Amino acid sequence: MKRYLPLFVLLALVVLVQLVTSWTHTTYYLTQLTMSAYYSLVIIGLCLLMGYAGQISLGHAGFFAIGGYLSATLTTHNLVTYQDHTLIVLLKKSGCLVAGQDLYGGQLLVVQPWVACLVAVGVTVLIAFLIGGPVLKLKGHYLAMATLGFGTIVYRVVLANRLFGEADGISSVPPFPLLPGVAVSGGFGARVSNYYIAWGLVLIFMILLINLINSRVGRALRAIHGSEEAANAMGVNTAGYKLKIFMLSAGVAALAGVFLTHYNGGIGPSEAGVMKSVRYVAIVAVGGMASIWGALSMGVVLNFLSLRGVFGSYDDAVFGVILIVIMLFAPEGLLRLKLFTRLKKLRGGGQ
Amino acid sequence: MTPILEVKNLNRRFGGLKAVSDVSFAVTENQIKAVIGPNGAGKTTLFNLISGALPVDSGQVLFQGKPLQGRQPWQIATAGIARTYQNIKLFPGMTALENVMIGRHSRTRSGFIAGMLNLPRTWKEERDIREESMALLELLEIAELADSEAISLAFGQQRAVEFARALAAEPNLLLLDEPAAGLNMQETAEVARLISKIRERKITVLLVEHDMSLVMDISDEIVVLSFGQKIAEDVPTAIQQNPEVIKIYLGDGDDA
Ligand SMILES: Nc1ncnc2c1ncn2[C@@H]1O[C@H](COP(=O)(O)OP(=O)(O)OP(=O)(O)O)[C@@H](O)[C@H]1O
Ligand SMILES: [Mg+2]
Repeated sequence: MKRYLPLFVLLALVVLVQLVTSWTHTTYYLTQLTMSAYYSLVIIGLCLLMGYAGQISLGHAGFFAIGGYLSATLTTHNLVTYQDHTLIVLLKKSGCLVAGQDLYGGQLLVVQPWVACLVAVGVTVLIAFLIGGPVLKLKGHYLAMATLGFGTIVYRVVLANRLFGEADGISSVPPFPLLPGVAVSGGFGARVSNYYIAWGLVLIFMILLINLINSRVGRALRAIHGSEEAANAMGVNTAGYKLKIFMLSAGVAALAGVFLTHYNGGIGPSEAGVMKSVRYVAIVAVGGMASIWGALSMGVVLNFLSLRGVFGSYDDAVFGVILIVIMLFAPEGLLRLKLFTRLKKLRGGGQ
Repeated sequence: MTPILEVKNLNRRFGGLKAVSDVSFAVTENQIKAVIGPNGAGKTTLFNLISGALPVDSGQVLFQGKPLQGRQPWQIATAGIARTYQNIKLFPGMTALENVMIGRHSRTRSGFIAGMLNLPRTWKEERDIREESMALLELLEIAELADSEAISLAFGQQRAVEFARALAAEPNLLLLDEPAAGLNMQETAEVARLISKIRERKITVLLVEHDMSLVMDISDEIVVLSFGQKIAEDVPTAIQQNPEVIKIYLGDGDDA
């Protein structure tokens, strides 16, 4: 299977990088590579929506943040005061809640991380469904503006709400035990395992999304990108497909938000910021728009550089500039520039 | 014979312009029926109303006895009506083969989950789609262009790809909007041969065409539109003798 070959290369690279960092005692790089992996997850999901289906979203940081914030709130908000409430008793009995102690020895009753994760992703997908219905009827600039509006709302809501920690965000988010002995957490000893968790998740979604791209559905999404009217006339339920890919990519963003929040032990309002959404869009664009491998590689490289502080205080500006340059010179994406003409030349030369 | 398509008192305005005005006719199963008329007569609009690309103002379209009212274009396509466009609408960024494969969409089923998991059923379906689409490119004698980007092909080849894409849907009714427009004489003869040939596939054809010799050659019946209204409907030999038809075509000579 030719389509899976690059995935083996990626897997080998992931392992190689880990080995090299451990030989050279530079495992601190793994922290940024783990975070980059989660951001890249958002980016490959957005790539499907934007690059393949042709529907822009300037609100993906919003979906990421809803996932992260919901999971953070649910796993930190103390429900002890309501513990006699029938609903809470029922939830506790069914294992949805876990009891513990806070720093000062007080009783703590919070939602189990798996449950929180499912709720966070589920609610995000539901929100995507609700706003996607009306918003995806819009095209081009109008869709960009509407999704930007959505992102702004999420940002203001987390900033203004006590429950979400206002400007401070939420901290002390507990680890997320995936399997016995394996947890998503930022602990020093968990560096290597978390690097593999993050990249494992990326690999899983690369497989799923690459399959999707190469399927009947992927072809229909590309057709929608090309001509919505003609796609519809060929029997593609264009409104339905756009909504589903919007929900899928929102769900992937939310999942990344959940994992990164547990990894970082918290989340702040900047994750919901419009500049984050712009960054995601810029990276999909520089990766070649309709190129999931381009999106992934640019996602890792640019996020890693950004997290290492290479761009200094010009961090956001760098992504703004990238976006401007691409829109001016290669709106179809850099890496895909004139791909077809190049391919044709190759074939012509062979004859 | 039962009509596969019935158009009843169909109306569509654009502002003050009556693009389609009280048009009624029927198409019998396995027939080749042509719609002719001068530029702006409302032929393409009629096709857009049948395929659901435009909503009707009033009147009815019945396909296999069922009204199409309120159905989305993709539902109408899935019901068995395929079309080609006067101004070719191929998908950019996709090869000729992929364009034809999209035509199979309405006859296949794999959804998001099946696609992501690439289940055996899914990749078998995908393989079938590829083979069937390739066979259609062979039928149209453009198999060697399968991997070229569709919109970069020569005009006649693009028409052929669009034709194959419509056939891929295995339609019961095929709407062809000026399939010979912009083609040379040899290509036009090819189109005529092809349309006669697809009748063997139990496909009914409704065709808009300006090339009179093509229309007279292959159609069983002809509907004539002028300024949105039906002014005649008959067999080709009778249409050729019809004084009213002769009048519009003489009055607007360059369309004949
Ligand atoms: N979307 C539209 N909005 C406004 N007017 C339209 C629209 N589509 C068609 N018309 C008008 O309706 C009339 C019928 O157009 P239509 O395209 O159906 O004609 P036609 O018979 O297909 O002509 P041709 O032979 O040139 O293809 C024309 O006057 C045209 O300008
Ligand atoms: Mg027309």
